[in-house]
Amino acid sequence: MNIELHLKIQNLNARYAQAIDDNRLEAWPDFFTENGRYRVTTAENVERSLPLGMIYATSRAMLRDRVRSLRDANVYEAQRYRHVIGPALIEATEEGGTVAAQTSFIIARIMHTGETTLFATGRYQDRIVFDDGGARFAEKTVILDSRLIDTLLALPL
Amino acid sequence: MTTTIAEAKHWPPEGLTRVPYWLYSDRDTYDEEQTRIFQGPTWNFLCLEAELQGPSTYRRATLGAMPVVVTRDAAGELHAFENRCAHRGSLLVLNDSGSARDIVCVYHNWSYDLSGNLTGVAFRKGLGGKGGMPAQCRPEQHGPRQLRIATLNGLVFGTLSRDTPSLEHYLGPDIVSRIRRVMRAPVKLLGGYSQTLPSNWKLYMENVKDSYHASLLHTFFTTFRLNRLSQKGGIVVSESGGHHVSYSLAADTGGREYEQAGMRAAQEGFGLEAPQLLEAVDEFGDGVGLQILSVFPTFVLQQTRNSLAVRRLVPQGLEKTELAWTCFGFTSDDEAMTERRLRQANLIGPAGYISMEDGAAPGFVQRAVGTAPDLVSVVEMGGASVASEDNRVTEAAVRGFWKAYRGLMGL
Repeated sequence: MNIELHLKIQNLNARYAQAIDDNRLEAWPDFFTENGRYRVTTAENVERSLPLGMIYATSRAMLRDRVRSLRDANVYEAQRYRHVIGPALIEATEEGGTVAAQTSFIIARIMHTGETTLFATGRYQDRIVFDDGGARFAEKTVILDSRLIDTLLALPL
Repeated sequence: MTTTIAEAKHWPPEGLTRVPYWLYSDRDTYDEEQTRIFQGPTWNFLCLEAELQGPSTYRRATLGAMPVVVTRDAAGELHAFENRCAHRGSLLVLNDSGSARDIVCVYHNWSYDLSGNLTGVAFRKGLGGKGGMPAQCRPEQHGPRQLRIATLNGLVFGTLSRDTPSLEHYLGPDIVSRIRRVMRAPVKLLGGYSQTLPSNWKLYMENVKDSYHASLLHTFFTTFRLNRLSQKGGIVVSESGGHHVSYSLAADTGGREYEQAGMRAAQEGFGLEAPQLLEAVDEFGDGVGLQILSVFPTFVLQQTRNSLAVRRLVPQGLEKTELAWTCFGFTSDDEAMTERRLRQANLIGPAGYISMEDGAAPGFVQRAVGTAPDLVSVVEMGGASVASEDNRVTEAAVRGFWKAYRGLMGL
């Protein structure tokens, strides 16, 4: 087992979760490569080979647009997430050093009212590239275990 | 002086321009809606034909809160019946969908054909001359209620009532033509998801029919200075009041105007960095960029540029409703068109740039009006009319909903 690689991925995931949970959404796109892909879908869609996502972005610019929309345009009640991300299962190392990894997560949503609920569970299906700048997601597919979202999905998962 | 719901339960004298708040929090009303509306003389959307692929398949659906099974039999014919066993009332079908030659209740193995007729009772004659069911017992008479089915361009509707007129008559020519406009070719499923809305089902339907809120609650287009391109529009309200269409024209038939406008706005510090999200083609050839269509009581057909979806509402109690989305394209779509639909799906659904607020807004009303059963909302934009208009700053379609609702509920 390549412990160093595991630690790098663990560190990437921890920093990714912290940026969202600390409401530093502006930092979120930088966890992706310039043409990084981000998609939120459901296990049901994946099992049926259906391509629809709730969120689908194919560049860092699209992720920045989403952050600006969340900040300036969309209306939703104040809320926070708490991510708990499990250990990564490294599935493959592609040519050029890109790593395919799968990681389980659970996310609690804490509303401004204090109401705390288990908001989402699922797995991240990631392709991670390593360069001088550190580790980044070339692709991150968020596969939700449930097809059901409570009320709305504002903050990224 | 405070008024209880029981005292408040009447319609205000002003008529359709006032909607009483007790309607959203009265348990008896909720129960009565199930029988008078969902099980009454209405056509309820069940599923897309494309969701039942091939003979001998089934899928679960609902008629209001009533669980329903929709099947396609061995001959390819569609049927729908209550998802309830004649014996002890258990759910017959547990999986969301699948294929089967017959339906067997897991509880005591009573079996049904794909039309919902009881065909077998396990150990009916007992074992070794002992036990079993008396010969005169007719369990068939307690079978699941069977629905009438009607389809329109790939949409499957069902009704329990014998009094429901034909689907086309129920919808009227204006609604039929606008359904046909979107459902113009065989459907290819792209996927689905659901939202739980913390509100009564009627609050979401009012939101759908409320063309007035669109540019006010959903500020995505205005914030990014994209709204000026889609100004002209209007609403169509059906004769019954219950169905509606809200539409607006998109001037950007080639998609480039949007991109240019996006760039321009971007240079001014607004606009999208990646406006290709909105790159659309005028696939229906009429310049209409948005068409939201509803069929009473709870069906929505949506065209947001090239993003197409059907939405179903499932009441799950007084203050809880499931909103199920199924997005689709056509089997004739090429890869670029599918990609376009998937990108534009960012606009819709629980995380949609122009629809996420709709998951929450009905809940905001629900939370506020529960303690005001004797008070009313003011629904007077555009006056008191329930007619079609060539603008969208009107609540005519909301009033139309209540017109149809009152008729069925005897209010």
